[in-house]
Amino acid sequence: MNTEQIKLLGDELYQALCQRQQVKPLTSRFEDITIEDSYHISLQLLQRRLDAGERIIGKKIGLTSKAVQNMLKVDQPDFGYLTDKMAFSQGQEMPISQQLIQPKAEGEIAFILKKDLLGPGITAADVLAATDCVIPCFEVVDSRIDNWQIKIQDTVADNASCGLFVLGDKAVDPRKVDLSTCGMVVEKNGSVISTGAGAAALGSPVNCVVWLANKLGEFGIPLKAGEVILSGSLVPLEPVQAGDYMSVSIGGIGSASVRFV
Amino acid sequence: MADVQENKLTQAQIEELAIHLENAELEAYEVTKITDDFPEMTYKDAFDIQWEIRRRKEARGNKIVGMKMGLTSWAKMAQMGVEHPCYGFLADYFSVPDGGEIKHDELIHPKIEAELAFVTKAPLKGPGIHIGDVLRATDFVMPAVEVIDSRYKDFKFDLKSVIADNSSSSRFITGGRMAPPADLDLKTLGVVMEINGEVVQTGAGAAVLGHPASSVAMLANMLGERGEEIPAGTFIMIGAITAAVQVNKGDSFSVRYQDLGTISGKFV
Repeated sequence: MNTEQIKLLGDELYQALCQRQQVKPLTSRFEDITIEDSYHISLQLLQRRLDAGERIIGKKIGLTSKAVQNMLKVDQPDFGYLTDKMAFSQGQEMPISQQLIQPKAEGEIAFILKKDLLGPGITAADVLAATDCVIPCFEVVDSRIDNWQIKIQDTVADNASCGLFVLGDKAVDPRKVDLSTCGMVVEKNGSVISTGAGAAALGSPVNCVVWLANKLGEFGIPLKAGEVILSGSLVPLEPVQAGDYMSVSIGGIGSASVRFV
Repeated sequence: MADVQENKLTQAQIEELAIHLENAELEAYEVTKITDDFPEMTYKDAFDIQWEIRRRKEARGNKIVGMKMGLTSWAKMAQMGVEHPCYGFLADYFSVPDGGEIKHDELIHPKIEAELAFVTKAPLKGPGIHIGDVLRATDFVMPAVEVIDSRYKDFKFDLKSVIADNSSSSRFITGGRMAPPADLDLKTLGVVMEINGEVVQTGAGAAVLGHPASSVAMLANMLGERGEEIPAGTFIMIGAITAAVQVNKGDSFSVRYQDLGTISGKFV
């Protein structure tokens, strides 16, 4: 894919994001699009957001569950960028009906780094040593692609289907939690709808951050101190609409809740 | 369970069905679900068959070593089309040591489930038992893995048939470490099930009726309907936190529990 095509597609996805419109899957229009092309498209999409005044505050890791990887026939996660405009606080209303198209919520563990991490060669021990705290998180993913008909190239180009996210108000030292066995309970409108545990994401959320640090290391990009890293869903995605209320509780960490409007 | 109080089967039919189902368990063969032949049978009949199987085992010298709850997750109840959990008993020979071997040939089509077990220090007698009563009467909580093995063809049954079949009980493994309930966040307590080293299921305590202790409360209340109680010192498995996973001969499994260690075993 040439630079011009990449720029056009990045612009198209930015327009779709701003106007809440769906576009035809890129993979249905460009048969030979590669994952690398898609990351370049996502960078153009990101550049448009930065030009509009948004600021990068972290990264998200997606496609971390075996079930989702099998569905998309891939054997690797993907990642996208988080900006300040996507972040919401505990108790705040999240305006999905004004900002998103086809939102789905997922419970995750967010890592806040206190040191830079530059791959390759980053291990789980490096990630734990560089983590200031972990925080319960709801990520509300969204797709600018028609009816979520995504292949990996589509979601990567679309900033890993990132939407909005909310962090809980409790931060815990990673030394105090077993991140692989910590349980997650997700409730929607007062009913438990799913449970899971840390191991649902690549065996441990730590492994997801390891993957990201090493993946970005291929391009010489570090994870930076202070960044928020969303490590991937531990439960199945749940479609949400205005009026829904959800909470996620994580054993040994705490909880986060969100009201959708 | 409106018809819990009445029988439609005769005592002779109940004894005959108990023999029929217990033989299928002891000799590891499948049978068709009993409601096909006795569609009029009631929940009282179903529990009477289970209690007759229990009586037969005790008469033969087997000891009853605990109780179990089944169909305690909302997802599983919806999947099976039932509206209520069920219970069963655990006989001495169901117990397999942590790290031990389970003989696959002694079973029909076993599946494993990650559970927790409560051990009581005071009696619980329904009706009216709630989570608070259960936590007060609990000595400690420990991890458990249940091997379920319905005697019904293709694991297909309805609630009455499965109750009569001792709620698919067959084997269990307990071990890991114990903890008093006050030291645990039972709702968010996470479990990770691995088979042959691969993570196959994850879950948390709230998958069981919203809170693991509510399963024990429901057992006390169901037993109370028959005038029975849970004595002090009873080992009670609460039902599956994860989906049941089919296991084959040669499979080894390990289940890790948040704050409660690990249980492992192997099917030979």
